[in-house]
Amino acid sequence: MTGLIILLVVVAVFVLFVISMYNSLIQLRNRVKNAWSQIDVQLKRRHDLIPNLLETVKGYMKHEREIMENITKYRSQAMDAGTVGEKAQAEGLLSGALGQLRVQVENYPDLKANQNFLALQEELTSTENKISFARQSYNDEVLSYNNKIQMFPSNIIAGMFKFLQEEFFQVEDAKEREVPKVSF
Amino acid sequence: MWELIEANRRKSLILFFSLGLTLLLLGYFFGSAYYPDGGGFIGIFFAFLIWGILSLISYFSGSKILLAVSGAKEVTRDVHPQLFNVVEEMKISAGLPALPKIYIINEAAPNAFATGIKPENSAVAVTAGLLARLNRDELQGVVAHEVSHIVNRDVMFMTFSGIMLGSIVLISEVFLRSLWFGGGRYSSKSSKSSGQGQMIIMIVAIVFAILAPILAQLLYFAISRKREYLADASAVRYTRYPEGLASALEKISDSSIDLKTANKVTAPMYIVNPLKPKGQKLTNLSSTHPPISERVRILRSISGGANYIDYQNAFNKVKKGEVSLIPSSGLADQTSVGLKEAAVIPVALGLDKQTKRDTGDIMMKVNNYSFINCSCGLKIKIPPDYKKTELFCPRCGTKHIL
Repeated sequence: MTGLIILLVVVAVFVLFVISMYNSLIQLRNRVKNAWSQIDVQLKRRHDLIPNLLETVKGYMKHEREIMENITKYRSQAMDAGTVGEKAQAEGLLSGALGQLRVQVENYPDLKANQNFLALQEELTSTENKISFARQSYNDEVLSYNNKIQMFPSNIIAGMFKFLQEEFFQVEDAKEREVPKVSF
Repeated sequence: MWELIEANRRKSLILFFSLGLTLLLLGYFFGSAYYPDGGGFIGIFFAFLIWGILSLISYFSGSKILLAVSGAKEVTRDVHPQLFNVVEEMKISAGLPALPKIYIINEAAPNAFATGIKPENSAVAVTAGLLARLNRDELQGVVAHEVSHIVNRDVMFMTFSGIMLGSIVLISEVFLRSLWFGGGRYSSKSSKSSGQGQMIIMIVAIVFAILAPILAQLLYFAISRKREYLADASAVRYTRYPEGLASALEKISDSSIDLKTANKVTAPMYIVNPLKPKGQKLTNLSSTHPPISERVRILRSISGGANYIDYQNAFNKVKKGEVSLIPSSGLADQTSVGLKEAAVIPVALGLDKQTKRDTGDIMMKVNNYSFINCSCGLKIKIPPDYKKTELFCPRCGTKHIL
């Protein structure tokens, strides 16, 4: 009789342990998803802004065909991208192409004075900033989720219920990693 | 991040209790000075009653009062989309639970402040002059500084200990004045009965009434200054671009225009002290803000990263001493946070005339003016109470339909 009670208690404790571990994994995964949706909203916003931007710029920049074609190409690549890694890469290329466009704008004073263009540029800059600020918190969430999946004993539960590791949203743009020189 | 807020809260509590103790002693001495028999406790009661009432008012409507006194107006997105964008960016970067409300103050002097005891219900206010003078990166630096005051719970601290300080000053003042004008009545009556003992209490009370406000202010200012540095450090962390805040601070302190709506009570809330006469040496004890030149120098000495430890290193370099500014828990986070590069967007140099014109435009937008660009190049500004449906351009006479 006492043997049975002990066995029941052990089983109950074990079940409770599994449940709590499972729940904490779910919680972490949801936080990753939530952080990702923060980035995703901004990525979509950027994709929506680009056609307007190209439309505005087209009339002024006759010689920058290639840049504009690249932007269109990378935009559709980014929209089709499935995994986080693919997305990060395509968005990196898109950022690069937009950066080139921004440099070229310097040669077109009329365009720089265009109110519509300035408003679009402001929205685009802000969207890019939001992406980069949201990326930090996304990567933090992914780190704690992945740690949980890999560490003992939660890795057993994660394996049982097929919790898969999430990818980091890494920047391909080397410039952003560089630290600018400070001169005095 | 949370440890930082915790450490901040602990320090606030210590300050809060020392101010509370001062208030308690103050009440006791003043009460005893008037009524030697048990008057001390009546004094304590009244001191805390005054403080309690002031605290309740400031808790429930402090933000509203502050915003109203400063002449701040809540604005919609179309008045200044860039300001909204920048605040949204900082909300994401700082992890604020809700977007702060955005206010513009109709003033040509550049300055800004944040309010809101809880981060869920906060507000950021900037002047029209600030918006006209600063470029995007600088504006981001200023907003980041203000948002970090909200995140670090500085607004809560400033409000409550500010009220405590205010009560101490108020009560001391009332006591000293009552002594001057009518207090003699009580002391002469009691001096007959107790004599010398009463005399001593009276002297202690007077000395205390003179010293307490000064000491309380010094304490309050010292911590207020530290909080400004801490908010600068957080701003660097949020924007990853120290130069933005540095040049914004320079521009704000370069301005010679006075902020008319600021007063002694609201001054500590602003990013740069609006009441300091220009050119005065600021490295004194009675200042709520650290000297701008020093803040700028620290920001410019940051190299290698944008984390708290990088700010602390720069701080040590400039201040030439190992002063611990940031709680050790904040420094423990050694992860390198990369610095951002300067934006490629060119910056229009702040031509004086253009700045004035931009300031005026922003103020008019805040006040619901509408704008028409006439084909002759004139920008017509229409006040909100203009009732007619048509308008003739004053320069070329073209008819515009509203």
